[in-house]
Amino acid sequence: MTVLHPAPRYASFEGVLDEVVASLGDMVVASRDEHGEIVINVVRDRIEDALRKLRDEHQFQQLMDIAGADYPNRLERFDVVYCLLSVTRNLRLIVKVTTDEATPVPTATTLWPNAGWYEREVYDMFGVLFAGNTDLRRILTDYGFQGHPFRKDFPLTGYVELRYSEEDKRVVYEPVQLAQDLRQFDFMSPWEGADYVLPGDEKAVTPPPASAPVATAPVTGGPAKVDTPKTTDKPADTGAGEPANKDAAKPVAEAAAPAVAKTGEPAAPEPTESRPARKPRAKKVTDTDGAAEPAAEKSKRTRTKKTEGEGE
Amino acid sequence: MSLSLEQSPTTGDEVITNYTINFGPQHPAAHGVLRMVMELDGEIIERIDPHVGLLHRGTEKLIEHKTYLQALPYFDRLDYCSPLGMEHSYVLAVEKLLNVEVPLRAQYLRVLFAELTRICNHMLNLGSHVMDVGAMTPNLWLFEIREDCLNFFERASGARMHAAWFRPGGVHQDVPEKLLVDIGEWIDSRLFPLFEDAMSLVVDNRIFKQRNVDIALVSRKDALAWGFSGPMIRAAGIPWDLRKSQPYDVYDRMEFDIPVGTNSDCYDRFMVRVEEVRQSARIMKQCLAQMPQGPVMTTDRKVAPPKRGEMKQSMESLIHHFKLYTEGFHVPAGEVYVATESPKGEFGVYLVSDGSNKPYRCKIRPTAFSHLQAMDFMSKGHMLPDATAILGAIDVVFGECDR
Repeated sequence: MTVLHPAPRYASFEGVLDEVVASLGDMVVASRDEHGEIVINVVRDRIEDALRKLRDEHQFQQLMDIAGADYPNRLERFDVVYCLLSVTRNLRLIVKVTTDEATPVPTATTLWPNAGWYEREVYDMFGVLFAGNTDLRRILTDYGFQGHPFRKDFPLTGYVELRYSEEDKRVVYEPVQLAQDLRQFDFMSPWEGADYVLPGDEKAVTPPPASAPVATAPVTGGPAKVDTPKTTDKPADTGAGEPANKDAAKPVAEAAAPAVAKTGEPAAPEPTESRPARKPRAKKVTDTDGAAEPAAEKSKRTRTKKTEGEGE
Repeated sequence: MSLSLEQSPTTGDEVITNYTINFGPQHPAAHGVLRMVMELDGEIIERIDPHVGLLHRGTEKLIEHKTYLQALPYFDRLDYCSPLGMEHSYVLAVEKLLNVEVPLRAQYLRVLFAELTRICNHMLNLGSHVMDVGAMTPNLWLFEIREDCLNFFERASGARMHAAWFRPGGVHQDVPEKLLVDIGEWIDSRLFPLFEDAMSLVVDNRIFKQRNVDIALVSRKDALAWGFSGPMIRAAGIPWDLRKSQPYDVYDRMEFDIPVGTNSDCYDRFMVRVEEVRQSARIMKQCLAQMPQGPVMTTDRKVAPPKRGEMKQSMESLIHHFKLYTEGFHVPAGEVYVATESPKGEFGVYLVSDGSNKPYRCKIRPTAFSHLQAMDFMSKGHMLPDATAILGAIDVVFGECDR
């Protein structure tokens, strides 16, 4: 593929992938060269050896970042992604391992001192454990925070919100209460593989029998392949509580309508002063007062009118 | 004495224990909301435990719930001192996945404004670094230049700080010709006189040197091991600049020098930034001289919206516009790590796409994270007031560090 984009250009990747894969041997699970990036999947338990080899034998001196990623449909749902940089060979390399909630990944703090905070961040955000990291505290979230917010099953709104309480004279935590449901608009075209029923469509077609559950994706390799496309969150998915202002949802018409009906006169706005005065009507018109009123009241009204007329 | 107390080298006959103090989160020299738990022996720093995350907003999670274009303004809000530098990494990451061609004029404009951002950022950092160690005047003078920079951003994008002007495929709007002329004049008539004037107060100042020279020495080996980048690694004597070694946009057409430190102390970090300002001005002049005419946005209608005039005439354009601003463009599945030389160092974006219109995962690699992590080892054995000088020389902004 010809390179059209103006993104950073490094030294040639020619032969680097083969060289690294040959050197790492059976530690490599999968490797590929895509979008101008070399990505190598490594056996989890041997990541430390692999990184050490890359640092000492292949001149990848710097660890620029450790990223986590969550693929909930996989058996081992988390990716831990090490971004390496070689300043002498002018190359970048992405090394990945997979893990789940319970299995720890060997730490990289023995190789690079700055791995400490990156691992703390991945632990904080995803709950991935790192064996051998002596200081695996939370780093970005609040003191005493619970849960791992960047997991895909953690709602965007979170579970708690905090405010300063005037009574308690301190900051208090409360369950999230949204005045309005969190709206997630889904702009994916329904013609292009949206596998959910559009609102209203469920009335038209009888649903086909439920198909067998989809087999879980392979544990390793796989770039970003996601089985479930993004869909609109239901209120239950967001973790949001009840709407704060329940009265807002009630229709206003019921309460207001009788008051208007009793006055009889429609509440027209006051005419502005610049409005030219109309000429008085020449002839007396027939009374159409009751035309807009409900049938029961109308008949009553007309009757009373009639009696008045008779009196005249 | 029943308590076992540590012998202190500083106090002679008196025996005192180490004590712990809180530096921040509300401290003017903390450059934002940084809390450092410091263990002191008298006035000597024994250990520093920086607590970050007080400004954590979950940007990466929010980005996962937005389309690629809607995610862009979040980057302005990361490092709010150099907003366009942050956008640069992101748009390049998206372009790398899309493999979309960007018109030459757009690339020149991006480089021009990225360098203007660098000047803008360094004005704030140099000024506040000087102020952290006791001088007031240069900061005020440098803010005058910064104000000019912000005015230029406003004239280009409509916003002084949160420009959202770099877009995947180019830049949002072309700049008026007068703006380019004004920037060219400003470099010679305003930037250089004001900047050199302010620097003449500082660089040879005896007090400033006493506060910075030989403070926080970092060897080349340590600088590599701790993942230093930007002025921090260059001050350590390693000529590593992504603009030079891994050129993006039109940096490969620019001629500029990379300043390198000799002593790797806070003074070197300061002086590297001072020289970078001059080199940035040099790059900007070359951009202005070479900038071609032409479109500023890719003509690939699956990525960039059509012109409004076109929309009035063509049904196709109208559809493209509607689809781009509701659904957004789809990015091929894959993953990239793209890093640019932001004013503070290597700012990277690890972007995972699942082929949909929203990023599946967008990990932001902040520059401050590894620098601040080294705070403990850099300040060990220094005096308490040196901590502010070290922090000033790191150039940390918490919008970016905490994300």
